[in-house]
Amino acid sequence: MDDRPLITTHDLVKQYPAGGGFFTALNKVNLSIQRGEFTGIVGPSGSGKTTLLNIIGALDYPSSGSTLVIGTDTQELDHRMSARLRNEHIGFIFQTYNLLPVYNVYENVEFPLLLLGMNADERDRAVMQALEWVGLTDKVRSRPNQLSGGESQRVAVARAMVKKPELVLADEPTANLDAENSHNILRMMVRFNEELRTTFVFATHDEKVIAYIRRKITLNDGMVVEDRETKPAIH
Amino acid sequence: MLTIRLAFRNIMGAGLRTWLNIIVLALVLVMIIWVQGLIDGMREYMITAEINANLGGGQFWHRDYDPYDPLSYEESHAPPSPALQELITRGEATPILVAPAAIYPEGRMQSALLKGIDPTQEIISIPGRVLEAQDGDAIPALIGAQMAKQTKLGVGDYVTVRWRDANGTFDADDVRIVEIMHTPVPSIDVGQIWIPIERLRIMLQTPGEASLLLLRKGIPEIPEGGDAWVHRSLDYLLKDILEIIRFRLVTSRIIYGLLLFMGLLAIFDTQVLSVWRRRKEIGTLMALGMERDRVTGLFTFEGALHGILAVALGTVIGIPVLYYTFATGLPVPEMMSDFGVAIPQRLYPSYGIPLIVGTALVVLVSVTVVSFLPVSRITKLKPTDALRGGRS
Repeated sequence: MDDRPLITTHDLVKQYPAGGGFFTALNKVNLSIQRGEFTGIVGPSGSGKTTLLNIIGALDYPSSGSTLVIGTDTQELDHRMSARLRNEHIGFIFQTYNLLPVYNVYENVEFPLLLLGMNADERDRAVMQALEWVGLTDKVRSRPNQLSGGESQRVAVARAMVKKPELVLADEPTANLDAENSHNILRMMVRFNEELRTTFVFATHDEKVIAYIRRKITLNDGMVVEDRETKPAIH
Repeated sequence: MLTIRLAFRNIMGAGLRTWLNIIVLALVLVMIIWVQGLIDGMREYMITAEINANLGGGQFWHRDYDPYDPLSYEESHAPPSPALQELITRGEATPILVAPAAIYPEGRMQSALLKGIDPTQEIISIPGRVLEAQDGDAIPALIGAQMAKQTKLGVGDYVTVRWRDANGTFDADDVRIVEIMHTPVPSIDVGQIWIPIERLRIMLQTPGEASLLLLRKGIPEIPEGGDAWVHRSLDYLLKDILEIIRFRLVTSRIIYGLLLFMGLLAIFDTQVLSVWRRRKEIGTLMALGMERDRVTGLFTFEGALHGILAVALGTVIGIPVLYYTFATGLPVPEMMSDFGVAIPQRLYPSYGIPLIVGTALVVLVSVTVVSFLPVSRITKLKPTDALRGGRS
């Protein structure tokens, strides 16, 4: 078993030009997240949650400091290598689902596997398994515009999980869902975390999500103000 | 392969927008080929008709003969050199004698050109055989339909002709119109009266002389003309017509460009909209691990695919439409016969393989370039900006 942390950030700073100066979105963030954790980065809007998630996911670069994700320093990656890291190791779940509109459910879930170059048989097995996990085998031919919010987010979860990534980054995954759908989605994620040992990192301020997480990292004005283990309120 | 599959799925998924673009492009393609085919058909017709009816396979001109200077006609005649006479004897050349004249139809004076031709010649398609008909002493004459219209002369009419012979003496006689020829070539019609060359030689007192010689097409060897005769190749003789065609080609290129511009504008618009409206999708593709260059390639190929499908649809639409016009031709308005060049009654377009393949390639390449221009912005787009759907 590899005991090295899956994610490490060291003195992470992210600044954006604003007016004549800079706006500091992240200010010396030091974190270490182990494999198999179910972690929430919480905090009010503008606290830097999404920025931190984007840097961990190699979608953005820090202004200074370093981020090690799955043993890779993301600052040393060019955009091709970043794309490969995301493709092979990281699943993303977005607040607005971000399903590809012209693809049906099956094709949306299949997409990451196409990028991986997986052969058709393996792909089909993996897609059907992922759709079984999220209970959408009866919707394979549906287009995103024919799905409810809950169903869309389940497709997004299936898409993130289909390649069995080591890390899933979820940005406000329940923000557009009602309570019942939110709990369904979160229970599903807990199951993946337990059965597949997938590491989940959430950026959220939704109490429903916070009720499921086992570690809560609180950001305020770009700084970690609290980092503690929590006992999930719902399991 | 993945890019092709995805691009195909994407543009098919875009539904009506895709089909509208493809239909516009396909129609542009067919229109360009059709218009260009008509112009090529017109060009081929003009050249062929001029060669068949007027120019033959080249000419020998008397050294002083200048078709643009009527004053040169009186001095520009001589007996053909022995080598040229040999050609005439073998039927590979025929002499033409040209003389300025005045005619008096309905008592009005009009200038005309008397042209003497051997009635038995078969080098150009003038129906000279009708000039063999004799009716007393009247000089048989052949005129074109436009000349007949201008002079109000008909078959059987007599008209007085006045000319000056080689000695400078004016003389006059009546000619009888024996035939009105309907020719699309104005250069053998307007202002011209064709009579037997032997009669004209007598009238001008220039026995055995000619102003120019028409050569049969494809004669194996062009002899030296001697001091008095200058060879004029077909390229030289067609110079004016080619100049007119070149001018018309400019017009056709403008039409070509405008049509292509319309089609490309639709693609450019779609691509700009795609990059703008599909930013979030672009960000998602990047987040899922698609490389930026590959996203650019995908979007460019989507645009190019419009061109490929337009060529396919253009083939389906174009084959029956173009074949129909190729087979039946298009009627040309009569007023166009006054344009001064050979105009057919029905215009048959000419669709060559280079025209069809070339136009399809131009459309494909242009569509690809136009598709790439807006898409190239993706390479500057940060995934996080794209995911937000905002400006980069």
